[in-house]
Parts: sequence; C-alpha cells; structure tokens
Amino acid sequence: MADQLLQQIVNSLLIGSVYSLVAIGLTLIWGVMNIINFAHGDFLMIGMFISFWLYTLYGLDPLLSIPICAVGLFLLGMLIYRFIVSKVMTGPGLAQVVVTFGVSIFLANLAVMLWTPDFRLIEKPLLSGTWTLGAVQLSVPKFVASVGSVMVSATLVLFLRKTRTGKAILAVEMNRESALLMGINTERINALSFAIGSALVGIAGAFLSMYYYIYPQVGGLFGLISFCIVALGGFGSIEGAFIAGILIGFVQTLGGYFFDPAYKYAIVFMVYLITVWIRPQGLLGW
Amino acid sequence: MGKMKRREFLIAGASLAASPLLVSPLLAQQRTIKIGALYPLTGNLASTGLDCKRGVEMAVDIINGKYDLDVPLAKTEGLPNLGGAKIEVVWADTKGEPKNGQAEAERLVTQDKVVGAIGAYQSAVTKTASQATERLKVPYVCSDSSSPTLTERDFKYFFRVSPHDGTFAHDQFAFLKDLEKAKKQKVETVALLYENTEFGSNVGKEEQKYAKEYGYKVVADISYAANATDVTSEVGRLIKANPDVLMHASYITDAILFTKSFKEMGFNPKGMITMAGYLEPGYLPAVKADGNAVIIRSTFALDLAKTKPLVAKVNELYKKKFGIDMSENAARSFTAPLVLADAINRAKSTDAEAIVKALSETNISGNQVLYPWKGVKFDPKSQQNIYATGTLVQIQDQQYVTVWPFEAAAKEVIWPFPAWKSRK
Repeated sequence: MADQLLQQIVNSLLIGSVYSLVAIGLTLIWGVMNIINFAHGDFLMIGMFISFWLYTLYGLDPLLSIPICAVGLFLLGMLIYRFIVSKVMTGPGLAQVVVTFGVSIFLANLAVMLWTPDFRLIEKPLLSGTWTLGAVQLSVPKFVASVGSVMVSATLVLFLRKTRTGKAILAVEMNRESALLMGINTERINALSFAIGSALVGIAGAFLSMYYYIYPQVGGLFGLISFCIVALGGFGSIEGAFIAGILIGFVQTLGGYFFDPAYKYAIVFMVYLITVWIRPQGLLGW
Repeated sequence: MGKMKRREFLIAGASLAASPLLVSPLLAQQRTIKIGALYPLTGNLASTGLDCKRGVEMAVDIINGKYDLDVPLAKTEGLPNLGGAKIEVVWADTKGEPKNGQAEAERLVTQDKVVGAIGAYQSAVTKTASQATERLKVPYVCSDSSSPTLTERDFKYFFRVSPHDGTFAHDQFAFLKDLEKAKKQKVETVALLYENTEFGSNVGKEEQKYAKEYGYKVVADISYAANATDVTSEVGRLIKANPDVLMHASYITDAILFTKSFKEMGFNPKGMITMAGYLEPGYLPAVKADGNAVIIRSTFALDLAKTKPLVAKVNELYKKKFGIDMSENAARSFTAPLVLADAINRAKSTDAEAIVKALSETNISGNQVLYPWKGVKFDPKSQQNIYATGTLVQIQDQQYVTVWPFEAAAKEVIWPFPAWKSRK
C-alpha cells in the first residue's frame, strides 16, 4: 500500500512536470499578447511528429531531435504569428480567438492528410526501460522528460530575468503602452514570444515522443489541460504555470488512485473551478 | 493521402448529388439505392473508422459487381429484384461523438434520403444515431457495436448482426472455466477495467453478473476515461488488487497506453482477456512484441480460413483492393451492408416497412458469413442475430490466432502469461 503510494507520488511528478512545460509556452503567449493559442496542442503534435519522422527516416534519436524540434517550432510559431495572428491583433477579440482555433483545425487535418490517422510509436529510443528503486518503478524516458522539462523551464525564467530581450518581454507583459514608450519594439517582442512559446511546446513534443504514442489528435487533451493549468497558475505567470502543472499532475494521479479513475479529469477541472472561484487571478497572477 | 482526398470528394459529391432538385426520385430509385454509413472518420477513432469503411466498401463492391462467392448478392450485379439497382453509400462522419451520430443520421435521412443506415462502431454513437432513424422510420442494421442495451430497446427499425457484450462477457468466463478444466489452471480472482461510456460500462455490468454466476471473485472494478493522457493511477490500483486475471474493455488509444503502463509498472497477472482496442489494426504496430499473449474477444480471425474457405477468398479480394489483410473491424462492418441489401432485394422495394419485414425474415446460412456462426437470423422481439457467437484470439508472435473455443483453436493458448521480460 505504502509502496504504491510512493509510486503514485513519483508518477504525479513525472506527468506534472511535462504538463508544466506544455503550459509554460501557452502562458508566455497569453501574458505578452492576451491571445489564447488554441493551436497549442496541435503544435505539440507537430513537435512529436517531427521527432517521429527524424527517427523513422534518419534514425535520429528523439533525444537528439530536441534542438531540431525547438528550432522547427520556433520557425512555425514565427510564421504563424507573422502571417496569421498579427493580422488580427488589432481586430475584434472574437477574431483573435477564432483565428488560432482555425489554425488548430487546419493543422490537425493536415496531419491526418499527410500522415494518416494511424498511431505511431518510436520503437527503440536510446532511453527506454525502467529503473527499480526500492519499491518504485521509474520509467527512464519519463524521468528524463521530467528532468528536461524542469531544466527548460528554469532556463526560460533565467532568460526572462537576466537578458535584455527577456526583460523586454516581461516589460511588454506588464504594460504594453509603457514598454512602447520606453522604445521597445513590441511587434518584434510579440513575434518572439509566440515563437518561443511554440519552441517550448516543440521541446515538450520531443520529450513526449520518447514514450507516448503519436497521432494527429494527440494534442487535444494536452491542450485542454494546459489551458486549465495556465488559468490555475495565473494568466501569464511562468512560475505559476510551473507550480500549477505539478499540482495538476498530483490531483490527476492521486485523485484517480484514491477516488475513482473515471472521475480523475472531473477532479482536475473541479480543482480549477474552485481555485478561480476563490482566486480569479490564479495562484500567482496579479 | 490519396484515399483521404477521395473521401472528402465523395462526401462533397454525395451531398451535391443528394439534392432532390437535381435528380428525379423515381429515376434515382431505379439506378441506385442509397444507404447511409456512419463512422468516426476523423477524431480519436479515425483509424478505426477508416478500417470499418474499408469493410463496407468491400461489401458494396461485392453487391454491385459480379463475383464467384457464396455471399448474398455476389453472383449478380446490383440487386436483381430491383432491376439490377446498385447500392450507393453516403458516408457520414460522426467524429466519434454521440451528438454527431444523431445529427448525421438525421441529415442522411432528411437530406440524402437514404433508405437504410449502417454503422457507427461506438455503441454510444450507434445509440443516438439509431434513435434518430427509429423516429424517422428508417431501418438500421448494425454489425459493429456491441453494447447489449442497443437491442433491449424494443425498436422496430433496429437490427444487430454481431454478438453483443453479454455474449462476449459470458464467453470470457466460459473460457476461464474451460481453462481450469482442460489445462488444470487455477483462477480465483478477476479485476474488471473498462472505459466509462456506453460500451465499457455495460461490459462491466455484464462481467459482474457472469463473475457471480461462474463463481469468480471480483477484486477490482475500475472505470476510466478512454481519452486519458496518463493511466498510472489506474494501474496502481490494479497492482494493489493483484488479480489472477484482468478483463479490459478499451478503445485503441487507451489500449496502447495501458499496455505501456502495465509493462513499465510491472503489472503481470496470469492472464488478460480484453475487448475491442487490442484488435484494432493500429494496436500491434504501435506496441509490437509488448502485445504478445494478450487474449481478445473476437468474431473473426484470418486463421478461420482453415475451416472456412470463404474467409480466404474475401480476404484475397480485400488485399487486392486495399493492400492489407482484413482486420476484425473490417470483417464485422462488412456484414451489415450485405444483410441490408439482401433485405432490400427480397423486399423488392425501398419502402421502409417492406424492408423491415424482409429483415425480420432474414435467413442467411452459416457458410455465407465470415464468422464461425450458424448464420444470420433475427430474434423476433429484440431483433438481435440469434446465431451470433464470439471466439477468443490470442496475440502470438504478433499475430492474432484463434485459441478458443478449444475445438476451433488454430493454436494452443499460452497460459499463464510469461513475465514482461520474456515477451519477445
């Protein structure tokens, strides 16, 4: 009993940290632009497919495709921002919601057309198998994905705090008009944030591809959960999203273990609803 | 890719052609007879939906063309009693959701004027879709949904060809009893694991019932959401319960996810008897050798060709058309259009009441179906095929082989399951 509990706690951390990485990209985009990127889950899917094809066609291990996924999604994010999202930035709010929704539907269907709706797995990634630590079974790829997610998140926070560009992003996030008056090129910051947010989810895709199945609709539930994490952590708060991601990992795993697994997502969304009811700005929002 | 484009084109084309202004109804009736087919062609179950669609396309080819097969309507082109009229399928995409099942069924009847409907794979979707057709008084023949409740509704227009989960659940326990008797294996406890929609939850109910009847102790009863991203908490509960046998009713994504989690967390019961997801054509390519030893309820396996030459012949045609072997899904979906077309032909009319009457008089013999059944004949009250029975297949060396009933087995069942490390 105690052994299984420990196992479940470890599992919570493993899934939670990956949720965090997926959600951080989303919250960055929201914080800077006040746009909810509904295509976020589909970006994750694209990241996973890039990793899958590099492995299948060129034998490149998913671990090595991480930088390629990051760059690929960075460019994709940049393109989508420049040619689609920026066009509606000054338009009505509804247009901003609908445009990323359209991108989402387009990407998922494009993936079905190009790659069929079949399920794929990367068969023999470099990292596979499990370590047995006492009574706990630790999946090696999940562990690496988890540690990697924490490292990438920490790097992002450092980048935002310590570099000029990072500080400019934070400035725009706090107050767009003032930032503009201070001589910050907000349009460039927008594009950059959208691209960085996309690159982060691309990295998450590469990590997930080491152990998760890949198919065109794989982003669906991940996207939904990351919206919930972003709201829970406080819109635009990187640290908030990180903590909320881990928290959701715990709620989902332990909720499923102690109560009824059939309701684990209901419990997740209930925790979210209660939090925004008591603290509408989220855990670390302002 | 080419196939997808063609599908889009067909849907667009079908809806255009459906406009009543373009074609006089009388003329249309003589040339083609439209039947509606509902499947999850996009969404989570898209790969399953396409597989079912291939089965239907194969059947329609056989009906409309001339083939030397012992299958209803194979030897003639089209429906002979209706002047050789061809069957035309109007496809509807349910996206795997009950609400679309209903809306699409309504569209098929009111806009496309189909004379009958088939599909929709998921029981929850078939339920709403067939409610719509019942209300609109259009016959619905189902050969791919297995929830028992579908034929417990006293519907007049709904018929089911394939066995339902009550039969399958019964089979699972009958198998365990046979196993104890024939192979001297000891089984005492079972854990039930099932997805929480119409299909899974009814399987759970039936399994509870038969566990009691056959005297097995249920040590865990776990339902879960099939679209979960992580199932480690479910597996944790199973490990704690430590059952002799796991019974799992799943769809495809969850089957893959659970298999990986079982291995990762070292859940290794003596045996696993499963439903649905583990038979999908996407399952084995995704999990490879990790799928070995799993037992699945089935109606069809290619090794039936040994005792049924028809299976080999149809599979040969299928392989020529699609480049792959026929799967259980395709084989199940294959039958509904044949049964419906056979009834329309005997009714000599596209009138709904006449078709329903003909359906209730259906009597297709065992050697005309792809399964080890005595044939197709509907119960007058429930309209469930009284001859439908199930088999169990086991994955051995990444192939599905029939292992039960023991007398129809192509290979000896592997039991207890080997440890994860030795499943190669």
